[in-house]
Amino acid sequence: MYQKDGNSYFIVDGHVHIWDGRASNLKNIHGKQFIDCFYDYHRNLSPEEVVWDYDTYTYYGGERLMRDLFSDGYVDHAIFQATLLSDFYVNGFGQTEEAFGLAQRHPDKLTYNHAYDPRYGEMGLAQLREDAARMQLKGVKLYTAEWHGDSRGYKLDDPWSRRYLEECINLGIKNIHVHKGPTIRPLDRDAFDVADVDKVATDYTELNFIVEHCGLPRLEDFCWIATQESNVYGGLAVAIPFIHTRPRYFAQVIGELLYWIGEDKILFASDYALWTPKWLVERFVDFQIPEDMTEYAPITVDQKRKILGLNAASLYDIDVPPELRLATPGQDTVEVAAGAKEAVPL
Amino acid sequence: MSVVVVPVEAVESAIMAALSTVMDPELDQPITELGFVRSVAVDDAGVTVHLRLPTAFCSPNFAYLMASDALDALRAVDDIGDVRVLLDDHHDSDKINTGLAADAGYVGTFGSEAQESLDALRLTFLRKAHTAAMERCVAEVLRRKAIDPAEVHLLTLRELPDGGAKSALLRRRFSLGLSMCPNGRVMVDDDGHPLAADDVPLRLRLARSVRISIEGNGHFCRGLLATRYNDDDCNAMQFTNTRTRSA
Repeated sequence: MYQKDGNSYFIVDGHVHIWDGRASNLKNIHGKQFIDCFYDYHRNLSPEEVVWDYDTYTYYGGERLMRDLFSDGYVDHAIFQATLLSDFYVNGFGQTEEAFGLAQRHPDKLTYNHAYDPRYGEMGLAQLREDAARMQLKGVKLYTAEWHGDSRGYKLDDPWSRRYLEECINLGIKNIHVHKGPTIRPLDRDAFDVADVDKVATDYTELNFIVEHCGLPRLEDFCWIATQESNVYGGLAVAIPFIHTRPRYFAQVIGELLYWIGEDKILFASDYALWTPKWLVERFVDFQIPEDMTEYAPITVDQKRKILGLNAASLYDIDVPPELRLATPGQDTVEVAAGAKEAVPL
Repeated sequence: MSVVVVPVEAVESAIMAALSTVMDPELDQPITELGFVRSVAVDDAGVTVHLRLPTAFCSPNFAYLMASDALDALRAVDDIGDVRVLLDDHHDSDKINTGLAADAGYVGTFGSEAQESLDALRLTFLRKAHTAAMERCVAEVLRRKAIDPAEVHLLTLRELPDGGAKSALLRRRFSLGLSMCPNGRVMVDDDGHPLAADDVPLRLRLARSVRISIEGNGHFCRGLLATRYNDDDCNAMQFTNTRTRSA
């Protein structure tokens, strides 16, 4: 919980990791390139006083995570998002058993979302059923650009991917987190294209699709599909640290998201340990649209409360103390996205 | 052989002029301004250009497009000699550099991963660039209150104030083969058809998102590049010229 100026905020961090990017875990040069790329993200967008040294960044473990999120970071509940990257790392990038074990020990604080890869066919489906039973999965994280043998990615509307999504419905897994990354086949197209999210969101209305990084670098395409679908959400991971380096750009991003998809569909996320939640929460609560940006309405306290935790709590049935709830719950009151409903002012 | 005397300095500026025509299709900016040209080395044999990108995982199709566009642009320079373009520090560096050296083309470079060509991809991003440029022009006119918002659909190219925004819009229209006629409407769809009054507000609103997205990606890429290579700025390019001949 975070308190400021007499307002209290229930905080759900919708995207955290325990990863191992140490040299001992690298399978090939791409593993090194991947963790180095993460470290550049971290260094480039974090305030100087919260930049970690490289060795700490490659592996920090559960104890450090608990401290950064729950002791120092105001977080009430956090959701692990698996990033396996088995082709790059000996024991995977995201540390499944460590994260799952931590979530088992702290079920009130942590939810573990596992991953699957539809390119494993029937065998992977059987594994998904096993994982769902063992881990009591409510959500999965899909990294559609993950390499697998000769393949450098897949689309959500591929036939095998559809079978997995249908299995998720059977298994009660309702939250599908999607990370669009580069190098998706076919290479001839835009690698970050979110059109496949549009297709499956239409076809599987029982599922919620949370597009991580709110579709960046294709914010506009994401906003457009999200207005068409009532079950598409945007995660703020990677977008929110711009609040420090480029606050005016962040104002535009959050202004666009509020306009197109609305305050009930935006989820706070640090992407820990890419960034730490403490400064993100503090800055976001203090944040306001600059006065000269008259094209966007100011952000209200209730909007911030929804984004920082109440929206995710609703998706994951996380119990929110009565005093931290909104007087009138907003979740599920917006059927289609905000921008699609209103007349568009010039 | 006829001798055309090209001064050494002229070769340098011709090379830089050629490279500055190469655009990052996604960011809609020249690779020279983005800091993607790492080094240029001219010698008696020709020119070698190394390119660099903000991350090892930048989309390989865009990486290939920029590298092959650089190759094409440099080959058009008079008296350039052999042209070598190499992409550094990318997960597909080997594949792309081998393909460029062999003039293998896109499909030849990526083999089974490539299905057709990159023309459709290029068109998608040219259209985004045009949309953003159109929004910038109209927003400027509206900010100056130089036009009734209900009549934006009637705005013509002639009525746009001269300046960077207008010339950028005209360049994008030229690239897409859209009308350059001064009496042509500013607010057009991707195929150049004028928009009806009712369609303008939504088109403009979407166009703003496109512009914000392109500009934001530019900030992000510049920042990551500078972090990756410890640049103080994005103009850390090295130019060496050991050419001894003047023609």
